[in-house]
Amino acid sequence: MAKQMDAAYYHLLHELQAVDFVLVELNLYLDTHPNDLKAIEEYNRNAVKRKELACTYEEKYGPLMHFGHSYSKYPWQWAEEPWPWQV
Amino acid sequence: MWIYEKKLQYPVKVSKCDTRMAKYLIEQYGGADGELAAALRYLNQRYTIPGKVIGLLNDIGTEEFAHLEMIATMVYKLTKDATPEQMEAAGLGAHYANHDKALFYNNAAGVPWTASYIQANGDPIADLYEDIAAEEKARATYQWLIDLTDDVDLQDSLKFLREREVVHSQRFREAVEMLKEERDTKKVF
Repeated sequence: MAKQMDAAYYHLLHELQAVDFVLVELNLYLDTHPNDLKAIEEYNRNAVKRKELACTYEEKYGPLMHFGHSYSKYPWQWAEEPWPWQV
Repeated sequence: MWIYEKKLQYPVKVSKCDTRMAKYLIEQYGGADGELAAALRYLNQRYTIPGKVIGLLNDIGTEEFAHLEMIATMVYKLTKDATPEQMEAAGLGAHYANHDKALFYNNAAGVPWTASYIQANGDPIADLYEDIAAEEKARATYQWLIDLTDDVDLQDSLKFLREREVVHSQRFREAVEMLKEERDTKKVF
């Protein structure tokens, strides 16, 4: 059974989901509006913010990604619960 | 190459056991215009679509997998504590006999997913029009699902997914215009 997550976890996860939503939206928009400089600037600005947020999240709750895109502490953190459908 | 990220695209909050809604939600998991069909349709079409719109099909196809995971999370959470009697009462007796409470790619009526739900015609306009239609049908289905429940948390996640269909449809329509523009430019020369 997955462990219970605290309110701070949900808060940080929500922040990450919010900035990722902005990025998905800008990404799809730019796929059909490749010359919109303002949107590209906004995309890059949010990508920086995203990296910082993900870093904070991973320090507290473990790796977000596998295959070398995140670091692991000891013991191997990636395969630890909870998985997204367990929280 | 795909990299998995250990989080949902948008929160899925489920606080009760509701086998009835689980039975209906599975339409968007393994139905004709569900998320699996969408992801596989776009990611397969992208190989032969003109270069200008490959990125869009690639990215929307990838986002569909995130939506598939959200639907799976809803169904999993809604059924994980259900008794066999509750499964049967919701019309999921046959599902329980076949799969216990494991998820399976079938529609709300229990019909297994099939590749004949999707097409790759090779004509970019024909393919993109199919994609627009698929998004509109999925949007409508999300509305029917929202209408079938009074659970505000579930409705919130379903509304997010419904809005994503609207955005995807819009982007596909723009892709059609990009291709038409390219075609007309070529005629000038």
